[in-house]
Amino acid sequence: MSIREELENVVPAKLAVERVSKRFFTGRSSEVQALDAVSLQVNVGGFLCLVGPSGCGKTTLLNIIAGLEKPDSGQVLADGKPITEPGRDRMVMFQEPALFPWLDVMGNVMFGLKLKPGLNAKERREVAEFYLKLVGLERFMHATIHQLSGGMKQRVALARALAPNPRVLLMDEPFASLDALTREQLYGDIQKIWATRKKTIVFVTHNVREAACLGNRVILFSSHPGRIREEFKIDLERPRDINSVQLAGYSSEIMRALKGYVTQEVAE
Amino acid sequence: MKRFILSALFFITLLWIWHLLVLAKIWSPVLLPDPISVWEYLKGAAEDGTLLQASMVTMRRLLAGYVVGIVAGLPLGLLTARFKFCEDTIGVLALGLQTLPSVCWVPLALLWFGQTETAMLFIVIMGTLLSVIIATDNGVRNVPPIFARAARTMGSKGLHTWFNVIMPASLPFIVSGMKQGWAFAWRSLMAAEIYVTILTGFGLGHLLHYGRELNAMDQVIGVMLVIVVIGLLADKIVFAPWERFLHRRWGTGRA
Repeated sequence: MSIREELENVVPAKLAVERVSKRFFTGRSSEVQALDAVSLQVNVGGFLCLVGPSGCGKTTLLNIIAGLEKPDSGQVLADGKPITEPGRDRMVMFQEPALFPWLDVMGNVMFGLKLKPGLNAKERREVAEFYLKLVGLERFMHATIHQLSGGMKQRVALARALAPNPRVLLMDEPFASLDALTREQLYGDIQKIWATRKKTIVFVTHNVREAACLGNRVILFSSHPGRIREEFKIDLERPRDINSVQLAGYSSEIMRALKGYVTQEVAE
Repeated sequence: MKRFILSALFFITLLWIWHLLVLAKIWSPVLLPDPISVWEYLKGAAEDGTLLQASMVTMRRLLAGYVVGIVAGLPLGLLTARFKFCEDTIGVLALGLQTLPSVCWVPLALLWFGQTETAMLFIVIMGTLLSVIIATDNGVRNVPPIFARAARTMGSKGLHTWFNVIMPASLPFIVSGMKQGWAFAWRSLMAAEIYVTILTGFGLGHLLHYGRELNAMDQVIGVMLVIVVIGLLADKIVFAPWERFLHRRWGTGRA
């Protein structure tokens, strides 16, 4: 396989979540219905954000799509094929960078590439360099992980997730622990990468404004049981600025809906 | 460089105080020999080869047992961390025996194996093995689960995850366990060598023992110094580079 082929955009996947349910036991007899017959579709190359109060099962759903957890019932299809285990076609970014401290930046990006068949050592290096350049960290190739700032760590994690050229990128509150300025830069980067690298992205967050800034669609979850409450389509030009007035309009609409459900739940 | 000079000054001062104490004649020179006579003993023993030979004998015993202890301890520690059954059996056994000071293996080893090299080997292995098992087990249990999850999403599973994620992630614990194992093995070997004569080789412990028999305090102190220096060298040459690597990568300790 040549480098050119490897770096070419792959067709992003279409995801279909079909009546997925998942329960967790929190004590001997108490249990939480994290997901209750949730169904949704993500189009080829879609950018879907999942928002909701904590404990609404949005992370669980992401883990099920990743293949890290199994649903109690229902299934998730990627391009029509049921997901049963993690796969290189669906890469995950977690809230923590989860980078390996015993490897340098390059080693971390190469970890997944080494497991991908069809590339020799030189090609793997070139691919890794390509993605480090994409996230703007080519100068930090040989840096150790703990020398990097929080934002840089998440950039390395992004490069690592992009390196095996997945069809789907699953992001679980990846920017939650970063400062506002770094976060804004990353909003710009992730939109650019989504546009140029053509990935299907599912993005979990509890930050409504972030969801409105990034997603083409925003799905609002309610908790106990975790269900889809409402869906919003965000029709705004890209790249979007998180501070723009139109965006504020969307986010306050979603926020109102979210608060409505939260108070309703409390009343119940 | 400044640190080196300060350190050197400290030890020179120490030697001076020692020398002055001898000159003050508070204690009999039999009990407190002059640093110069210790130096002369060391020089003589180095020149006739006794010191080198004894060091070689001791180091050979130590290294052989140490390597066996690590080679056996690492996989056992991984097993106890991975399988409940191993945890409840080998794990409990290791934890129990760990509370036993490793010197306590000396009488048993001598009765089982006689005054032989095998007994020495056994003592060193027991000193190393238990520390390495427990440290490895502990290290594996302290690996953040997110590492294994992240690795799984990248297509790593089974043995690949164990060799490329779990083991390197437990390295800080494993290295400190190896260091502790080294210390235990070193101490118990010295005790064994002082305790019994093994005819197949006279180690540093024997030199120390005969120093006492002959009332040769210069020999006793001289050999003690050699033992200290070997311990220091082991630390600086064998463990310090590992610890520097860990501190640099994990961002712990001083940069």
